[in-house]
Amino acid sequence: MKDIKATILSNVKVKGDYYKIILDAVYIAKHAKPGQFVQVRCASGTEILFRRPFSIHRARSGKIEMLYEVVGKGTEVLSCKRSGECVDVLGPLGNGFTLLPPSTLHPSPILIAGGIGTAPLVFLAEELAKRKIKPIVLIGARTKSLILCEKDFKKAGADVKIATDDASRGYKGFVSGLLEEVIKKGKYSQGAKVYCCGPDPMMKSIASICLKHGLKCEVSLEETMACGIGACLGCVVKLKNGEQKLACKDGPVFDAEKLSLEQ
Amino acid sequence: MITIGKLKLKNPVMVASGTFGYAREFEDFLDLKKLGAIVTKTITLKPRQGNPMPRICETASGMLNAIGLQNEGIENFINEKLPYLAKIGTSVIVSISGNNAEEFSRLAKRLDKEKSVDGIELNISCPNIQAKGLVAQCPDATYEVVEAVRKATDKTIITKLSPNVTDIVGIAKCACNAGSDAVSLVNTFLGMVIDINTEKPKLANVTGGLSGPCIKPIALRMVWEVAKNIDKPVIGMGGIMSAEDAIEFLLAGAKAVQVGTANFVEPGICEKIIKGIDKWTKKKS
Repeated sequence: MKDIKATILSNVKVKGDYYKIILDAVYIAKHAKPGQFVQVRCASGTEILFRRPFSIHRARSGKIEMLYEVVGKGTEVLSCKRSGECVDVLGPLGNGFTLLPPSTLHPSPILIAGGIGTAPLVFLAEELAKRKIKPIVLIGARTKSLILCEKDFKKAGADVKIATDDASRGYKGFVSGLLEEVIKKGKYSQGAKVYCCGPDPMMKSIASICLKHGLKCEVSLEETMACGIGACLGCVVKLKNGEQKLACKDGPVFDAEKLSLEQ
Repeated sequence: MITIGKLKLKNPVMVASGTFGYAREFEDFLDLKKLGAIVTKTITLKPRQGNPMPRICETASGMLNAIGLQNEGIENFINEKLPYLAKIGTSVIVSISGNNAEEFSRLAKRLDKEKSVDGIELNISCPNIQAKGLVAQCPDATYEVVEAVRKATDKTIITKLSPNVTDIVGIAKCACNAGSDAVSLVNTFLGMVIDINTEKPKLANVTGGLSGPCIKPIALRMVWEVAKNIDKPVIGMGGIMSAEDAIEFLLAGAKAVQVGTANFVEPGICEKIIKGIDKWTKKKS
């Protein structure tokens, strides 16, 4: 972990309220793993006090990319930053997704992305591609114009399926329904592992579907946090066994089986 | 060299309780031994789960928290956290909290046996625990707690005061008369934020403690008032984000300062503040 001043190489709108920022951040790029995140100080001064956590969307050749959604004051200020400006970035933070050792033969995993939750899964798909593993990717979006990263996943060799809430493309409804359909049709490898990131209600339904069908599932959680390094204790996640973990330090990726979904 | 009770600090910058974990969390970001002192997260006799989520919320130039003193309890602290703190090479001040004077006294007695503990800060001012009122809001209760701890240990005692009172000077005097070696102030201001979409408070605990730059002018005024009215050292805190902020507290009469919320925003900030104060001191002389 390091706190670095990173130069913005580009910061552009992708679609809707989604933006992509690319930073010159050699140390973080070198050490980042899929599922990890960074804490970015979006504004100078103290009015917007906390840093904002963003999952790492891509890390290569000394650069890191974050795909983010403008949802409030912090991200709004960030979206106005221009290339050449600097931001404070802390990372890489947390633990990433669990991957089997490269040499292990394992069934194609299923990556399930909802909205901005797509961001870390691209990093994961590209890492899997390096290991010659081609996952199934299910992308959920509100409407077809907001589907994120379809091309990136395809480029990584993934079998991409789409679900839209308004039925404008692909499966009609939530991505959890699409997963049920994939399972029902048996169009996945036995013992496939599921990696999921998206809004809480979506991850809850995905986790319960996986539990029902005996699929291992990892979810990447998002919590409000001040520090990102395990000091403020603001991002507590309760496990089924009553244990308390921190989203920042012990997560943000958790084994869905262990999570208490009622929280 | 700064003297507070029996403590000899290499510089006036400490980290505030609850904002620096048990120091190890920050080892990647600064040279921990450069800190004047480390004040740990508050420890209680038994482990505490803390409050339900959400526990924190950003406010304009500040943050509201209701963590609820989550900690592993004194024995786990001594076994698992203290050995690391002991090796850092700076003063270790353990923050403690109890439900009554007897619990404070038992905690102090236990810590008194630990060589690597240099001082004890009495957190009588956490606004986020389910109790009728804060010890720090009642002169008699403050006196009783400090007196009990004084009997239990010869180590340096710092009493941490709440700003949620009418007469902070009066409480500070009680703490000193009962044997406290110093007072630290201010703890957080009781506050609240409501989400207008859900029409509910943003914290599960409803209220929480406000900290950060937004409280600095009030904290500074309180430090100034206390410092001119008591003989014991005052440790000032409340929204320090820079060396300049820290210097204001020193000018108001504080002998040392604690940096809190700023650690969350910039984990290496204390080193910068130490350097800044050093530069200012040299320039002045």
